[in-house]
Amino acid sequence: MYRYDHYDQAIVDDRVKQFRDQTNRYLAGTLSEDEFRPLRLQNGLYIQRHAPMLRIAIPYGMLSSKQLRKLSDIAAKYDRGYGHVSTRQNMQLNWPKLEDVPEILAELATVEMHAIQTSGNCIRNVTSDQFAGVSPDEITDPRPWCEILRQWSTFHPEFAYLPRKFKIAVNAAEGSDMSDRVATRVHDIGLDVLKDGDGNIGFRVIVGGGLGRTPIVGVVIKDFLPWQHLITYLECILRVYNLYGRRDNKYKARIKILVKALGIEEFRRQVEAEWAYVKDGASTLTEAEVDRIRKHFTDPDWKPLDDVSLEALAAEKNDKAFTRWLERNVREHKKPGYAAVTLSLKDAKHAPGDITCAQMNFVADLADKYSFGELRSSHEQNLILADVEKSRLHELWLEAKAHSLASPTIGLLQDIICCPGGDFCSLANAKSIPIATAIQARFDDLDYLYDIGDLDLNISGCMNACGHHHVGNIGILGVDKSGSEWYQVSIGGRQGYNAHLGDVIGPSFAAAEVPDVISTLIETYIDNRDSDAERFVDTVHRIGVAPFKERVYANKGAGKERAVANA
Amino acid sequence: MPKIIKHSSIVDDNWTLVRLADGESAETVQLPAGDLIVPLKVWQARRAELLARPQRGVWLAPDEVAQDIAADLDKLQVVAVDFPQFADGRGYSTAALLRGRFGWRGELRAIGDVLKDQLFYLQRVGFDAYAVRADKDIEDAVKALNDFSETYQAAVDEPLPLFRRRRA
Repeated sequence: MYRYDHYDQAIVDDRVKQFRDQTNRYLAGTLSEDEFRPLRLQNGLYIQRHAPMLRIAIPYGMLSSKQLRKLSDIAAKYDRGYGHVSTRQNMQLNWPKLEDVPEILAELATVEMHAIQTSGNCIRNVTSDQFAGVSPDEITDPRPWCEILRQWSTFHPEFAYLPRKFKIAVNAAEGSDMSDRVATRVHDIGLDVLKDGDGNIGFRVIVGGGLGRTPIVGVVIKDFLPWQHLITYLECILRVYNLYGRRDNKYKARIKILVKALGIEEFRRQVEAEWAYVKDGASTLTEAEVDRIRKHFTDPDWKPLDDVSLEALAAEKNDKAFTRWLERNVREHKKPGYAAVTLSLKDAKHAPGDITCAQMNFVADLADKYSFGELRSSHEQNLILADVEKSRLHELWLEAKAHSLASPTIGLLQDIICCPGGDFCSLANAKSIPIATAIQARFDDLDYLYDIGDLDLNISGCMNACGHHHVGNIGILGVDKSGSEWYQVSIGGRQGYNAHLGDVIGPSFAAAEVPDVISTLIETYIDNRDSDAERFVDTVHRIGVAPFKERVYANKGAGKERAVANA
Repeated sequence: MPKIIKHSSIVDDNWTLVRLADGESAETVQLPAGDLIVPLKVWQARRAELLARPQRGVWLAPDEVAQDIAADLDKLQVVAVDFPQFADGRGYSTAALLRGRFGWRGELRAIGDVLKDQLFYLQRVGFDAYAVRADKDIEDAVKALNDFSETYQAAVDEPLPLFRRRRA
């Protein structure tokens, strides 16, 4: 993974000093609330319901065991003993004290970490594929490009006060619909790394996607941008957006609204007109620089191993629980004899994505023992050990299971994506964690979960859509109706190359009704699927929303009558 | 006399900033004596009159772009960009365009809600003068021009990105 040199370290150290001064001035009253807000946000610091929330950057999800141990120390010392892996691969602490934050940043800087631009109206932490560098379906490793973008966007002077936040995601996998694990089509800029016929690297540039209040699937602005021009082209997109994006209404301020208002043709014309002036300028990337960055992402010291199939491993141990874990949580690796393992943070005992300090230290030990001391976070809010020898999977499984990190449910209904919601977040209209917990409790039968198969269930506590509910096969959105919490349910959403936004099935539900609604949706799917192989989302697309809707509301009516009869 | 930061030093400001009050129009506003920085609209309406003065300055509002003044740059000594609210960042792109595309070499001044915590970025996109908001401590603010010793990306103050300057 990328290691800082003295330049990177100086920049992060200077930031700590700058933020310490800003915090001191705020506490002394010489910096007003309004003046401090954008500054603290650009350091990932929100003022939340109970306490500040600090969002620490995990650039494109890469983390070393040393960094994870430091996060554990910080969560123990300054917080309440746990952290939360966010849907943008970052780590959030829910209870730090404002006056401690400069010290927390100083501690993070000692392990090459920071909270720079994890919030605010600026270019946010770049996200990517949790299987980067090890996945058999990738064209090239996306991480060098992510790191180039991280450096370019860090303290970019022209784009620190954009109309609204700006999110970039990089995908380098190709093949099936589900190869896009980073949801490039629902980002302000999505980049698909491509190779042309001569083997030259370039990018398909997608612009104007996003979730939130007005969900829009992004459109292609450039089919193939040769890699040398990555920075100059992105600067032109950002410049057009910075100058002409709406600033009068924060709900219409994302780049997607500008692209939609101008139309992609006109937006492209303006970007290309800007680009004519800066193309081939000093920010054009050089072979030397790309090589320098690539050297940080060389393959680890993989042993030459004979490959063994996961099926053979399962047969050898003949243990149903281990077999299930292999099926759901272990993924093929490009190097024979290795596998990538997802450690589930969706154990029913914890909120989705939450991880205790003890678990962090334990995962750090696992990373050292099994995976070259590195790990990744995923936007599905799990942790990944990317380079595990297949012959050691059983041993790893036994250890992970003992620490509640081996729920064999990756990609199933239990593997819920969920924002912190109204329990923590001051933006939320409704709680989301209790909904996730209630659904997980309802569907705790593994046989049934396996019968249901692949299903993304995503929950957001408000329109801001941190839980990506629009692209969940089942999406749940918390809404506020005259002061009480209700939940709107949509179905048919999906991420991937054919990203699709789900359709709302009808009027919203009370919290207590949600597990029944999910049960009815699942029963409708089971009754209608054309075979066990047809996934929930495919059934929805084949038969439409209506059969699901009818049954949910018919059941709901029946439930009401029963309730009245029992009263 | 009010103070501004110019080229990293605190100096007397010899220019008078003209803003149109409610009810005043560009055509009829009374222009005081001395060196003036006037709104773009006043410049456009009173060009001949202003050209008769020895020195001239014009300021741009956030929705006025660099192209609006580009053709007149050779007649000006000061161009200012107004930040009614510091979080409205359009002026950063305007500055970068004035310096880069339109080759402005004279004073480029940030006016309005100009605060310590934005000075480093303002400097990077080409500003060289800062009218720090009057209620703020200008002596403290000037220190922010040195907040960072290194920067990654190319900008007006450093036309080469770090990757073209880096020594191992």
